[in-house]
Amino acid sequence: MSQTCVEVRSEWSIVAARQAGRTIAKEVGFGSVDQARITTAISELARNIYLYAKVGEICIEKVVEANKVGVKVSASDNGPGIKDLRRVMEDGYTTSGGLGAGLPGVKRLMDEFLIDSKEGEGTKIHAVKWLR
Amino acid sequence: MRIPILKLKEYLLVSVQIELDDQTALQFQEDILNKIHEEGSRGVVIDLTSVDFIDSFIAKVLGDVVDMSNLMGAKVVLTGIQPAVAITLVDMGILMHGVPTALDLEQGLEKLQQELEG
Repeated sequence: MSQTCVEVRSEWSIVAARQAGRTIAKEVGFGSVDQARITTAISELARNIYLYAKVGEICIEKVVEANKVGVKVSASDNGPGIKDLRRVMEDGYTTSGGLGAGLPGVKRLMDEFLIDSKEGEGTKIHAVKWLR
Repeated sequence: MRIPILKLKEYLLVSVQIELDDQTALQFQEDILNKIHEEGSRGVVIDLTSVDFIDSFIAKVLGDVVDMSNLMGAKVVLTGIQPAVAITLVDMGILMHGVPTALDLEQGLEKLQQELEG
């Protein structure tokens, strides 16, 4: 399956990443609510890269497994990593003055959510939304 | 990119019809406060009918616009929030407490009128 990747290094690439996500979500057959969920999740992940790691990549692809189909979003960066993974998954926790809704929000918007982060090495996040 | 702000008597009307990037959202925040100041507006309706998603950053900017305008003495009503946007915001845990909303522009203007008279 082909995937679309967007290099994140500016505010504009946040827009590019979510537009790519919406296009693929539409192609896979998601309705408007799930399109909004996927687009929002990508926007949060891309903004985190831009805010904390400065540079990184968002990749979006169609995934097929057994008898289900979905969209997988992968975010990766070589930034500072996350010191306290448990805290960043708490609602309202922020170090940037934002709402602190980003990562816990992404987890709720998507069906699968996996985060792997090492301090000083970077962060990798995989999130999947399945078509119902 | 600038979002046009229209004046209607003592109100300002805004219809967001472009995809909001961070810079446009922040510029809009500043523009609307300046316009309230220049025109002495008492109320603002921001119509979001054409907005198909709102992430935590845009939600914060919009919530801040409401608070900032209130500080200046102007009331803001958000209108036309789409079902998909409402669902996504609540999924995210963003409830926009204390932000006045209405179904559409017409009801938004009525709400403003009530708030300003009441």
